[in-house]
Amino acid sequence: MFDTLSLASLPDADEAIRPAIRALAAEAASVAGADRRVRSWQGYDPAFSRRLGEAGFLGLTLPKRYGGHERGPFARFVVVEELLGVGAPVAAHWIADRQSAPLILNFGSEAQRESYLPRIAKGEIFFCIGMSEPGSGSDLASVRTRAERTETGWRVNGQKIWTSGAPHCDYMIALLRTSGSPEDRHAGLSQLIVDLKAPGVTIRPIRDLAGDEHFAEVFFEDVDLPADALIGEEGEGWKQVTAELAFERSGPERIYSSVVLLDTWIAHLQRTGRRDDPATLALVGDFTARLGVLRAMSIACTARLAAGESPVTEASLVKDLGTAFEQQLPAAIGDDLAAHPDEPVNAELYRALLYVTHVAPSFSLRGGTREILRGIIARGMGLR
Amino acid sequence: MSEFLEPFERMLESLAPPAAVRAIEAGGNADALWDGLAESGFLDALVPEERGGAGLPLAEVGALWQALGRHAVPVPVGETMLARALLADAPDGPIALATAKPGVGIVVPFGRVARHVLLDIDGTLHLVEAAGEPTGVPGSLAARMRWDAVPAASVGAAPAGGLRALAAILRAALIAGAADRLTTMTAAYAGERVQFGKPIGKQQALQQQMAVMAEDMVACRIAAQLGCAGAFPPSLAAAATAKSVTSAAAARIAATAHAVHGAIGISEEYDLQLFTRRLHEGRLADGSESYWNRLLGAARLGDARGSVDYVREVLS
Repeated sequence: MFDTLSLASLPDADEAIRPAIRALAAEAASVAGADRRVRSWQGYDPAFSRRLGEAGFLGLTLPKRYGGHERGPFARFVVVEELLGVGAPVAAHWIADRQSAPLILNFGSEAQRESYLPRIAKGEIFFCIGMSEPGSGSDLASVRTRAERTETGWRVNGQKIWTSGAPHCDYMIALLRTSGSPEDRHAGLSQLIVDLKAPGVTIRPIRDLAGDEHFAEVFFEDVDLPADALIGEEGEGWKQVTAELAFERSGPERIYSSVVLLDTWIAHLQRTGRRDDPATLALVGDFTARLGVLRAMSIACTARLAAGESPVTEASLVKDLGTAFEQQLPAAIGDDLAAHPDEPVNAELYRALLYVTHVAPSFSLRGGTREILRGIIARGMGLR
Repeated sequence: MSEFLEPFERMLESLAPPAAVRAIEAGGNADALWDGLAESGFLDALVPEERGGAGLPLAEVGALWQALGRHAVPVPVGETMLARALLADAPDGPIALATAKPGVGIVVPFGRVARHVLLDIDGTLHLVEAAGEPTGVPGSLAARMRWDAVPAASVGAAPAGGLRALAAILRAALIAGAADRLTTMTAAYAGERVQFGKPIGKQQALQQQMAVMAEDMVACRIAAQLGCAGAFPPSLAAAATAKSVTSAAAARIAATAHAVHGAIGISEEYDLQLFTRRLHEGRLADGSESYWNRLLGAARLGDARGSVDYVREVLS
């Protein structure tokens, strides 16, 4: 079962780009404490994103004629791993590079490709994804926000919510209802590119429990879009979103969300010289073994992308296991530290621990909840 | 994928069907099965070509070991492959592996059906005749053995990292193979068994449990492959990663397989127990997850690299 998920290795040509991206990532990481770096793909730094673009690390998988570098998913794996491994601030370009660009390449018109892809590859424009609505979370097919045809294009009315990065982004790729009603479910949905500076768009940031404002409510009131805002085919939005989610779920970001905390804790153990507590040793070993296996599973999934497949089930499997690991880290590290109440814990480690502890529930919400992913896996097992 | 896997798997299907597995577990003679395996030449899979073996890389042999797990093969095939690779002049017949201290009784997997034991005492290898007591666990092929004194004759130094590390990557592969078979059996059963007017596999609560089982099963496969991906003998990190992850998952996978099957899975006549019993025995053999986690944790704490670099470099 799931026989195609098998050990794969990163090609030498892709490993070869590691030193260059490592140097850039280290530069960005060196100026931030662990309590900033744990934010990683929530860390917004547009200047850093542009530097990555200039250095050729964005749009890696895009054709050269669109400003890309014609590398495969393995090269992107190396770049992402280097950035997340040290907690470099990647939020600005993250979604555009990971899923908007492949979506536009796969389903967009020639004019859309020429317009957006070179700017994404340079780190000049940033995208967010308009999926969730107040009444549509896991039940994504129930979206109500509507785009209606006008003489010049489309008019959008409705609301999105929990849109990560919206306050900083230039464009949203929104899943909208272009025909029928929410009862029609998957039919009648389409994807449109919304210029977030268009009249009628209002973005209201939502503060999260850690004090950050990375997600937002986005309101559309008679927002007029040109006819070429539609991506792909009208009514094919559901199919396109499903393909897009395979990109979102398959990357190493689904195993590395807590890795800066892991390293900060290990550095603490090394500094304090606590190296003989059997429970702590077992915990360090457990995390190390599981990280090694999850990394190999993520590369195995990347190999399916590289083979031209859309590994929807495999990506769900790796993401669910990966986020469980990411969520157990802060709980276990908190217990280990507090099991030694007379040992000094510095303020940076404490803030990093509590940040990851508080945001950890989001790891198995964003990009598809645990229960939705397990439903997809069950379908892959022939159970539904 | 190895070109040898398919013929190997076909051979196991014909030589070791569940009825043959049960007969040998019940004390029946294993000679016919063993002779068939010996004739196939696979026992020398790891022996270098210059010594007349097939000289297969460890990674390919790891795939064969997983096939042994998928078929609950009741003789020490993987152990004998390892022993024949380590010994210049290996005897005929099944060979079990053991790591022991003088005077300490241990449980040796396949001790009941082995003719010899390759024994690692304090870093020195000895080849001894298999002699032990039954464990008293019904169906188990293991035997309880003890060596009060270090045997006089040695057959050389233990491989770097000890015989236990080699046995651990074999054990990990056997667990991964059994986990694969159990996941397939469990999904199939859930699709057939009807309760409340529909197959129980349509119940979301069971779907979610089986999805986790599939995740654990794939993690076992990849962990076992990592154990066999590098050098022979494996590094501490490779052995620890393989055995830790498969051992921790083994207990969960067995639990879900039984939970979905209900009472029939507990019965002797149904094949499920052939595999769940092996998962648990494999977990307990050659170090559980906590044993390997402590060793790996100590190595990790002594290393200045970041965690991503560490796993990338020590597991390649």
